[in-house]
Amino acid sequence: MSVKNKITFFLPDLENTRELYYFSGGIKAGFPSPAADFDESKISLDKVLVKNHETTFYAKASGTSMIGAGIDDGDIMVIDRSLEPKNNKIAVCFIDGEFTVKRIKVTKENVFLMPENKAFQPIEITEENNLIIWGIVTYVIKKV
Amino acid sequence: MYALVDCNNFYVSCERVFQPQLNGKPVVVLSNNDGCIISRSYEAKDLGIAMGAPEFKVRQELKQHHVHVFSSNYALYGDLSNRVMTLLQKFTPHVEVYSIDEAFLNFDGMAIVDYNDYGLQIKRSIQKWLSLPVCIGFAETKALSKVANKIAKKYQERTKGVYVIDTEEKRIKALKWTKIEDVWGIGFRLTKKMQAKNILTAYDFTLPHNESFIQKEMGVVGLRLKYELEGKSVLEMEEPKDKKNIAITRSFDGNITTLDEMKERVSTFATVCAEKLRKQKSCCYGVIVYLRKDKYKVQANRYNFYKMELLPFASNSSITISNLAVKMLKTMFEEGEIYKKAGVIVTEIIPEDQKQFHLFEEENPKHLQLMKVIDDYHKKIGERKIRLGNQDLQKTWKMKQDHLSKKYTTNFKEILEIKCQ
Repeated sequence: MSVKNKITFFLPDLENTRELYYFSGGIKAGFPSPAADFDESKISLDKVLVKNHETTFYAKASGTSMIGAGIDDGDIMVIDRSLEPKNNKIAVCFIDGEFTVKRIKVTKENVFLMPENKAFQPIEITEENNLIIWGIVTYVIKKV
Repeated sequence: MYALVDCNNFYVSCERVFQPQLNGKPVVVLSNNDGCIISRSYEAKDLGIAMGAPEFKVRQELKQHHVHVFSSNYALYGDLSNRVMTLLQKFTPHVEVYSIDEAFLNFDGMAIVDYNDYGLQIKRSIQKWLSLPVCIGFAETKALSKVANKIAKKYQERTKGVYVIDTEEKRIKALKWTKIEDVWGIGFRLTKKMQAKNILTAYDFTLPHNESFIQKEMGVVGLRLKYELEGKSVLEMEEPKDKKNIAITRSFDGNITTLDEMKERVSTFATVCAEKLRKQKSCCYGVIVYLRKDKYKVQANRYNFYKMELLPFASNSSITISNLAVKMLKTMFEEGEIYKKAGVIVTEIIPEDQKQFHLFEEENPKHLQLMKVIDDYHKKIGERKIRLGNQDLQKTWKMKQDHLSKKYTTNFKEILEIKCQ
């Protein structure tokens, strides 16, 4: 059986190309979703926990000296370095060659780094100490 | 008014952000593969450790002086660099990122009374927010702001890291102080030529009787530089663009002498370029293959070889780019020669979504999905396991990184750990 079809081939004209956009998602017909007008973005923890992206760092707590402030062993701390250290803030400090986390307590005469666990001693800052307030802890993320 | 902000000893400073105990101690950072010294702290400079010195040559010295040595940690440096550049936009909307540790700022249309004061404010802020020391030079032109920056850096005690060239007197003094080899855009070869003509400082460069020589040697680029140094601004802020080129080049541990071996390497470099393109959501038209023969064993004086070809359509498919690179390699490779280095550079880069579609010559649409699957899988497992047929499955990308610090800011498993004691 043979069917003779006559086919004419046309060569494409490549001289005058017309570039078209390609819609990879496809176009569907149908009733538009009634929710489309109320399209709100999803909740992003990043947006909630990080106010200043460029100055925010994360660190993991190891040890128990700050359990009274809700910082347990293994918790993740969100640290914003652009915030000013103030009385009562929890700060990541670099003191005498080591990082630590403490609550800042400023009295009329002195500055103390306070642990939040009775088993640990407060540190009074004297001129001999080499102290850098590295950043302020803004949130603690913990697994329960 | 322009300013050039430059981070001091950037890679070393980045390492110190998370290890402040290294402040005041000699620190160096090594290049890829722990090859040469590419960043030194002031303390290391004072010990006489040379920039670019091969690590094995100075190993004894480093040990003897207890220098802290780091492998380069580009994940960390890149992240901190992005933070600096974004934070600089708090001080002016016009920021041109010039390199990983340098940016030009422009203050047109801003009412700033005291630039020195403003500079100090920028410097203090970056120091507090990121622990990164910077130096800032202000001047009427970009080239002069580079000069001002050098002065700020050289005389940090006096300038506090900020210097403003705002009078004719200061400009001339600065130019006379600047050696010709330190002028922006004057490389090693030009320096030699300039010195032969008795052009020894930036000031000599601007003298009228040298103009014709500069035009002859450097063309319009040289004249532009001259105007810039004279305080007439001719170089404007450049719009931020996607990376113009992505280059993956490597020196080989041993020598490569056969086409098969080289094919494997070039194909691997091409796939990494393609992967980087996909990561920044762009495509390329141009592919360049680069080969370097053993400098000391070539007959003729030539040992660098480049070849560029264009793809018929913009692509970021590993398969397409690798195929073209290997095809070019075959025309360049000479059996019997010893090759020391090779690379693939992709150029003519456009954003993925501005890609023009052609009806008759187009990427195989299957590539797009395939690449996505590969990328997702690699992201998940954290290494490149899926390779093209011409890549070696055994060969790994493992660089020598014996002194690598943690990826504190880009890998959640490696964040800083702080003792609560």
